[in-house]
Amino acid sequence: MSFTATKFAHPPPLPLTSTTPRSNDKPLSFSFDHSKPTNPSSSSSCSFFLASTRKLPRFNSLTKPHAQRRASSPPAAAVLLEQTTNLLITKEEGLELYKDMILGRAFEDKCAEMYYRGKMFGFVHLYNGQEAVSTGFIKLLKKEDYVVSTYRDHVHALSKGVPSRAVMSELFGKATGCCRGQGGSMHMFSKEHNLLGGFAFIGEGIPVATGAAFSSKYRREVLNQEGADQVTLAFFGDGTCNNGQFFECLNMAALWKLPIVFVVENNLWAIGMSHLRATSDPQIWKKGPAFGMPGVHVDGMDVLKVREVAKEAIQRARRGEGPTLVECETYRFRGHSLADPDELRDPAEKEHYAGRDPISALKKYILENNLATEQELKAIEKKIDEVLEDAVEFADKSPLPPRSQLLENVFADPKGFGIGPDGKYRCEDPKFTEGTAHV
Amino acid sequence: MSADPKVFLMGEEVGEYQGAYKISKGLLEKYGPERVLDTPITEAGFSGIGVGAAYYGLRPVVEFMTFNFSMQAIDHIINSAAKSNYMSAGQISVPIVFRGPNGAAAGVGAQHSQCYASWYASCPGLKVLSPYSSEDARGLLKAAIRDPDPVVFLENELLYGESFPVSAEVLDSSFCLPIGKAKIEREGKDVTITAFSKMVGYALKAADTLAKEGISAEVINLRSIRPLDRSTINASVRKTNRLVTVEEGFPQHGVGAEICTSVIEESFGYLDAPVERIAGADVPMPYAANLERMAVPQVEDIIRAAKRACHRSVPVAAAA
Ligand SMILES: Cc1ncc(C[n+]2csc(CCOP(=O)(O)OP(=O)(O)O)c2C)c(N)n1
Ligand SMILES: [Mg+2]
Repeated sequence: MSFTATKFAHPPPLPLTSTTPRSNDKPLSFSFDHSKPTNPSSSSSCSFFLASTRKLPRFNSLTKPHAQRRASSPPAAAVLLEQTTNLLITKEEGLELYKDMILGRAFEDKCAEMYYRGKMFGFVHLYNGQEAVSTGFIKLLKKEDYVVSTYRDHVHALSKGVPSRAVMSELFGKATGCCRGQGGSMHMFSKEHNLLGGFAFIGEGIPVATGAAFSSKYRREVLNQEGADQVTLAFFGDGTCNNGQFFECLNMAALWKLPIVFVVENNLWAIGMSHLRATSDPQIWKKGPAFGMPGVHVDGMDVLKVREVAKEAIQRARRGEGPTLVECETYRFRGHSLADPDELRDPAEKEHYAGRDPISALKKYILENNLATEQELKAIEKKIDEVLEDAVEFADKSPLPPRSQLLENVFADPKGFGIGPDGKYRCEDPKFTEGTAHV
Repeated sequence: MSADPKVFLMGEEVGEYQGAYKISKGLLEKYGPERVLDTPITEAGFSGIGVGAAYYGLRPVVEFMTFNFSMQAIDHIINSAAKSNYMSAGQISVPIVFRGPNGAAAGVGAQHSQCYASWYASCPGLKVLSPYSSEDARGLLKAAIRDPDPVVFLENELLYGESFPVSAEVLDSSFCLPIGKAKIEREGKDVTITAFSKMVGYALKAADTLAKEGISAEVINLRSIRPLDRSTINASVRKTNRLVTVEEGFPQHGVGAEICTSVIEESFGYLDAPVERIAGADVPMPYAANLERMAVPQVEDIIRAAKRACHRSVPVAAAA
């Protein structure tokens, strides 16, 4: 008896456009004619959308027998996105993307350094290699839009605008952190930036994100708040797509046409579990159409491609046309967390993706298209170094959370636990650390 | 596993990765992928599959990477596993073990750092074990796997790295421990300290310090949270007349509360001082190291409580 999944031939990818009818009206059918968009107004953006659904050439030299299951050749009809990308960003946009990606990368490198110096502790999951996804999506958002992340959340927080100082300080466990040291690496929250959390449990963030999208729709349609057109982005990994909450929420989001984009960061691994060993059909994007929403695959190592797909998916959500599932093919350049010995990933695989570093790719693109000079990019890198030096210094000098903070925030109710009738915290109760404080 | 081919291990990263904490090291190589199964990240799914497999005669050992994640599977642990024997009037027994690290870990924040002993121990139909030493781990795990009922087996991440002396008896292949029996780790006469898992080590340390100050503490390693060894606890309290309970979990409705009730019911007249309860602070676990330290019981907390219990009784004795 063997539990190794059988290899199935893949049906050709189903190209979906934003004009695909929603399942509420008409169930999606595989014979739907995608060559005739029914909504001409969205046809131009939908060609990018369509383009991105092709399967990009995949790394295919793994020695393990199941490895080729990730690969699938592009359909002949695929539109070449490369031909059009040079029209897609301005100099300002290019520099903004570059800056955000450099910030994400350099911040995480700094975290590794600080972790080894004992400044931060516990599980620290770094984002190196995946920057094109965070930057490609989040930089398109408005401040009111929501982001829901996982334990790998530092860079999503930064892209959403949470200052480096606040994130670094949180990681140092200091009172000046974005959660005053109470949350930590896996639990970044910032109400001001509509970062609804780093959720450390697999799948947990997906329903919460779907709920945020539900609240936008509710505020608009039930409370008649016209401006309530926020879009929610839910980020999560390939391993998470085998968890029931993913499927439950794809269903409800499509059923209720919620303004959400499910962004899968498929880095091929869930700790030491290869995506191909965990998933009966590894093409995650295909699960969108199964629930009546577009499913898109995009090269997650190319920020410009991610951005094009993201633009359409976000606009679609904002127009009230419902959710989209986007699978970004990406790779993490470090172990699962700083505690992971990372022994199972094939060095050839790592090398392959290292060669597709999204930051080098954007840099090359910017330089080749004369969007900026080498010096301008260097200046950005230098600026980011300064920002991070400052963040570390700030975090280091910041005070530890005071003893009284332990009992704060358990309830929102100001008369909640730990607060006496005089309005003061009962932190001075000599027995409170023993869990026997009077409540 | 070598004794019974019906036993298999299932969970996240238990095979090729050798366990997230390397606990299943070597098992894949020894028993093969049919009996050491790497699952996708789907606690509800694989726990339910384990339960279903146990209905039909297999003896699954389901690993949670940490017990925190068992919350996504709690429906199957409680509804499908714990209640089936009763609902089916004894037709369907569920010989399954749910195991993994439990309790406070270090620096991982509120969601990854929590003790589930009292959660599961409040549930009829479950047996809940919590080893402290290597001897406990070996003897209790074997008992759990052989047991005909669902067992929740709460290990501790921070103890994984600790070594304990083991006797030849423990190493013998026939060694097994009974479920429902506590162990007196250290005899004493002035105060009883009950603890389980990592807190047993803390209680023993506290007892060392107390001994230097002339207080003789008896340390009980509960080993089994449910069934709870009431007779060992009560016999000890009748001897020492004072009780300190220690656990990492939240104080309300905790293991300490249950022990306290048992002592009040059975040995109230023997108590010379109010029962002292040491527990984690009544807050989600904070990340910041200084707050985290305050939120989990420390050896000094146990020492202080034991002294309080002893000294409080002194004036009473003096007055009498
Ligand atoms: C419910 C639950 N089970 C298990 C874990 C432990 N765990 C943390 S990350 C992880 C792998 C996740 O992989 P993936 O979804 O691909 O995201 P990636 O880490 O690759 O970004 C696992 C199993 C968890 N956090 N929550
Ligand atoms: Mg992954």
